[in-house]
Amino acid sequence: MELGFGPEYDSFREEVRAFIKAHWPPADGNPKSRENERAFVIAATEAGYMHRSIPKRFGGSEQEPDIIKAEIIREELTKARAPAGRIPGNGLVVPTLLEWGTEEQKERFIAPTLRGDILWAQGFSEPNAGSDLAALRTKAELVGDKWIINGQKIWTTHAHKATHMFCLVRTEPDAPKHQGISYLLVDIRQPGVTVRPLIQMTRQLEFNEVFFDNAETPADMLVGERGKGWNVTRSTLKHERSGIATMTWSLSMFRDLVKLAKEVERDGKPAIQNPRIREELAAIQGELMSLTYSTYRATSHDVHDRDIGRFQTMPKIYMTELAGRIAKLARDIVENDFVDFGGEKLKWIERFMISLSMSIAGGTSNIQRNIIAERSLGLPRDHHGGKAAA
Amino acid sequence: MNFLLSEEQLALVDSLADLLRDNCDAQHVHKMFDTPGDAVIDADLWAQLVAFGLPAIIVPEEHGGLGLQMIDLAIVAETLGAYAAPVPFFGHVLATLAIVLGGSDAQKTKWLPRLAAGDLLATVALGEGKSAWMPDEWTLSAANALSGVKTLVPNAAEADLIVVGVKEGLGLVEKGAAYTVKRSDGADRTRPLDTVTFEGATAELLEGGKDALPKLIDAAAILIAADAFGGAEHCVDMSVDYAKMREQYGTTIAHFQGLRYQLVKMALATEPSRGLYWYAAHAWDAIPEQASHAAAQAKAHLTDTYLQVTRDTVEAHGGIGFTWEHDTHIYMKRAMWDWAWLGSPTRNRLRAADLAGW
Ligand SMILES: Cc1cc2nc3c(=O)[nH]c(=O)nc-3n(C[C@H](O)[C@H](O)[C@H](O)COP(=O)(O)OP(=O)(O)OC[C@H]3O[C@@H](n4cnc5c(N)ncnc54)[C@H](O)[C@@H]3O)c2cc1C
Repeated sequence: MELGFGPEYDSFREEVRAFIKAHWPPADGNPKSRENERAFVIAATEAGYMHRSIPKRFGGSEQEPDIIKAEIIREELTKARAPAGRIPGNGLVVPTLLEWGTEEQKERFIAPTLRGDILWAQGFSEPNAGSDLAALRTKAELVGDKWIINGQKIWTTHAHKATHMFCLVRTEPDAPKHQGISYLLVDIRQPGVTVRPLIQMTRQLEFNEVFFDNAETPADMLVGERGKGWNVTRSTLKHERSGIATMTWSLSMFRDLVKLAKEVERDGKPAIQNPRIREELAAIQGELMSLTYSTYRATSHDVHDRDIGRFQTMPKIYMTELAGRIAKLARDIVENDFVDFGGEKLKWIERFMISLSMSIAGGTSNIQRNIIAERSLGLPRDHHGGKAAA
Repeated sequence: MNFLLSEEQLALVDSLADLLRDNCDAQHVHKMFDTPGDAVIDADLWAQLVAFGLPAIIVPEEHGGLGLQMIDLAIVAETLGAYAAPVPFFGHVLATLAIVLGGSDAQKTKWLPRLAAGDLLATVALGEGKSAWMPDEWTLSAANALSGVKTLVPNAAEADLIVVGVKEGLGLVEKGAAYTVKRSDGADRTRPLDTVTFEGATAELLEGGKDALPKLIDAAAILIAADAFGGAEHCVDMSVDYAKMREQYGTTIAHFQGLRYQLVKMALATEPSRGLYWYAAHAWDAIPEQASHAAAQAKAHLTDTYLQVTRDTVEAHGGIGFTWEHDTHIYMKRAMWDWAWLGSPTRNRLRAADLAGW
């Protein structure tokens, strides 16, 4: 048993650190600028630290797969608060295109997507197709060399900023539910598409309704075969749940929580000295350590081609519940500031709510439970559920 | 990074599980509960485990042991926990470890070969009063002859040697010295506990006993956590298997979403905690600066989880789960033992908070 990465990886880590140090924070001192972020991602890709699994001809860095190197890069980027090159949506479409796309689709879309010149929205959910995604009704008809699309998507994150959408549409109205769906790529900056922002409970504007009214996309924008969109989607959903990203995120939220508990006073002393808060903080840390070391275990099992076992299906819901528990302890620490949206503790009020979006987006917690029940515990298939939605 | 068990470790667990499957099935364990009178240890099974080599695992090779590590001992503890094995493993290996960690050369030469070979049975007497488990809370002293009371001492009645936690560190008290033992009517009849009253007993201090204390306490925490994992996982498996078999409303109860979610909750509490106890054992072996914190966290989290999972197991079984005949109560009582020994989850979490430097 060995938790370190070994000497060869130590030198790799040094290289990554030196690279980041030379490129981030940016020379003009503005880490928020999109140009700076873009330049960093391009440099990191050239150096072989980003988009490692993607061929060079599509704008990737085409490195040998190495989970440990990937983990080291992720750790160092997080520590330096440098851009990770991940743009929501884009990370889902690229692996799907690599697996299912035509040569032409790959050439046309992957490189600009990695550079951030094309921004994708994920058009899966509809008003009447949430967890039961295959019930979707937005339809596309092939007329000549174009698909004509009519219908509505909802909860579409970043559609108001996106240039394109990868979406699921019904193309074979007479086929059974799962067999009538196709996966299409659509330029959404066209007159047939209307994007209407929806305001989240956090007051932020991130997701949207998207209406298709005779919107068009060329016939060759079909990914995979006609009527086989459900299979194509399964690979997208697979990429949506990454254990390590999950863990890194939880660790940084916990560090913030400890800092908060040390800074905020309660009865004239730092809140962290209050026994109830102290105990809950330690209890949360116990769960976080469980998640962390089970993730290391899972990664090691992956590397050695061993079965991960029951843990495989668990990281998403485990982190969701942990994030809720962290947010609730923060609430108990900030007390009156919890109701002040204009105050300096706004971040924690937002987290209190955002931790809930994790229990919905990417397959609700109940859907995760269905998956655990079937795949990890081997309980009989439940025909009412078990299929993860977007 | 290689955070997994080696082929040798997997083989160790497999062969131990084989031995226990043959010699320690549930019926066998039930007998410990059904035999009237004081709880006893299962001397036959212990003899088999001695022959298998369990007491030798953590003893260095030069003293007749196998020279393995805490992670090896912990995966053994997990397996014993899964089978609820009624053997004096815990007290014996901790007492052995105390001498490995704190004994002088002479003390090691005198005791370790016999402990590794299982010729003698040893135990540890640490706790006092209601819940005074940590060295700075101990009141007994070996400065002169040893007097005072230690509680929750595993199998003291059967032990040839007791390692006693004292203000000066650790004292060795041999059978026949001036002490009396009273067996408790303990909930867990697979691991009998005694109250030991020392009345001017001769105690020989371990030369490096004081320095050995933190590692000894951590080892106890890790072995309990590992036992808890084994027991909790067994309860999850038992509940899942039952759900696949028991029928109501014309179908197996595994079809009912409410029950499915109860089972998922149990598995979600249990499975990820494996990583925590592995880490605690690994830190004991290889990351000394993290070891005490990890051990306290593992002990708190795993024993809290185990006890709750045994409650959930009763619910998942219905009436049969509430009976004396069913296995669940055996695991619940082991979970109670694990919960109390070395302090409650609350105490260990507050200790972990101190150790984290909060
Ligand atoms: C912040 C956010 C961002 C999102 N971004 C996107 C996006 O970019 N693109 C996109 O396509 N979608 C997106 N979604 C949509 C998301 O995928 C859906 O909301 C989700 O799949 C649930 O669908 P629903 O909202 O229709 O809820 P429903 O499916 O109606 O669920 C309602 C409740 O019923 C429960 N339930 C449903 N079925 C079962 C079952 N079989 N067993 C047990 N319980 C069940 C659910 O768990 C939930 O508690 C986003 C959602 C959020 C909150």
